Amino acid sequence: MTQHPAATELLASVSSFLRDELLPSLRGAQAFNLRVSINAIELVRREIEQAADAAARERSRLAALLGGDRGLDAMRNELCGKIAAGELTLEEPALCDHLRATAMERMAIDQPSYSAYLAGLARRRREQQ
Amino acid sequence: MSDRTDAAATLAKKLNALLVRLNRGKLKDGSLVRLTAGAHQETWAFEAAGEAGATPLILRRLAADAAPSDMTIEPESEAQLMRRAGQCGVPVPAIHHILAPDDDLGRGFLAERVAGESLAPRILRDPAFAAIRPRLAFQCGGIAARIHAMPTTNLPPLKTRFAAPQLDDLYALYQSFGGGSPVFEVAFRWLRDHLPKEARTARLVHGDFRNGNFIVGPDGVRAVLDWELAHLGDPAEDLGWITVNSWRFGAIDQPVGGFGSVEQMLKGYGSAGGEAFDTATVRYWRTLGSLRWGLFCRNMAQPPRPGLPIAVERAMIGRRISETELDLLDILAPEGLQ
Repeated sequence: MTQHPAATELLASVSSFLRDELLPSLRGAQAFNLRVSINAIELVRREIEQAADAAARERSRLAALLGGDRGLDAMRNELCGKIAAGELTLEEPALCDHLRATAMERMAIDQPSYSAYLAGLARRRREQQ
Repeated sequence: MSDRTDAAATLAKKLNALLVRLNRGKLKDGSLVRLTAGAHQETWAFEAAGEAGATPLILRRLAADAAPSDMTIEPESEAQLMRRAGQCGVPVPAIHHILAPDDDLGRGFLAERVAGESLAPRILRDPAFAAIRPRLAFQCGGIAARIHAMPTTNLPPLKTRFAAPQLDDLYALYQSFGGGSPVFEVAFRWLRDHLPKEARTARLVHGDFRNGNFIVGPDGVRAVLDWELAHLGDPAEDLGWITVNSWRFGAIDQPVGGFGSVEQMLKGYGSAGGEAFDTATVRYWRTLGSLRWGLFCRNMAQPPRPGLPIAVERAMIGRRISETELDLLDILAPEGLQ
């Protein structure tokens, strides 16, 4: 009760004020930069909502791929090293699946309107049908 | 805000003096508008009012705080290169004047303002271009062939950069940001394992040949802009760069600029005398291009000085690195083909 509204709701309030009340009164570079700022607020809102779960999923995929959980950053660097050394390649379906899942989860936060992300979602929906 | 107004007023005064000296009339009151404020270059539109009427012109100059870059050529070189390109049948804006120190306007040039549209989303969606859109990929192929056929003697100083040294430079840049991207590691590894084999003669490469750097009218491509990334190297680089997904502006099923197919572009390239490239070569350079765009995005999000905030537009471009990771996977491990 004492934590209401949540951080994401505060950001939603700020971005709707900026978009609906401030933006129409601006022109040129200021309007452009305000639009970019609203997009930045929306990105942060998605990150607060999704980043912890996405990191947990990335970590468990990495632990399965590398055999044992050694922490997210360490495992990510270990994976980089194995790829650079040619020990793990895209011939390995588990690597492809991990990289794609991670990229899609990042895009869900960074840029969910991007064409390749939308195309990826559409493929998934078709596969599920 | 008032700082900006003052700066514009000072600029207008100096620009007017220059136009008078060049015998091109006067700066038309209220016509000076800033079009873009790039990180490195700024572009202003204005009109010169003379006896024959008003002439729309462009001032392109280095940003006052432009950091020195070893990627870009000097603005004087860019202007000279555009003049040479024009003489060789490449559509470019006519260069009217290269700024000299006495002009006190910084470093850059005055050029013709070519009428038409340069905003890629409008080129892809405005009904005014519906009839020409299916022909743009073929046209771009033909223009690229003319750029690549330009004699490389008599050009301003340009660096030679084939794929291998580009990869070395990009890997060093990637590591300077701390590395840590498994997708980029996959891409670097693949690009090094599949380096173009034949040693080619170094040709003029535009370096930023893509939708967004063309002025298009209902009759097609009227001008190729932004030559500051020009270098000598493998001409297939330009043909791959124009197909990078980021330059399709949402039209993902039209690989060339969001308006056409690779086959159409290569046909146009061949019909203008360009050599026969295959789609695998274009794909190689698309891969390198996506990787390069990703690292450029990251590079944009550097603070101006340590501890200072990053301008919001540049900060958000930094987050576009993830779109290139997804694009690289779509190239190297496409779904549905595994």
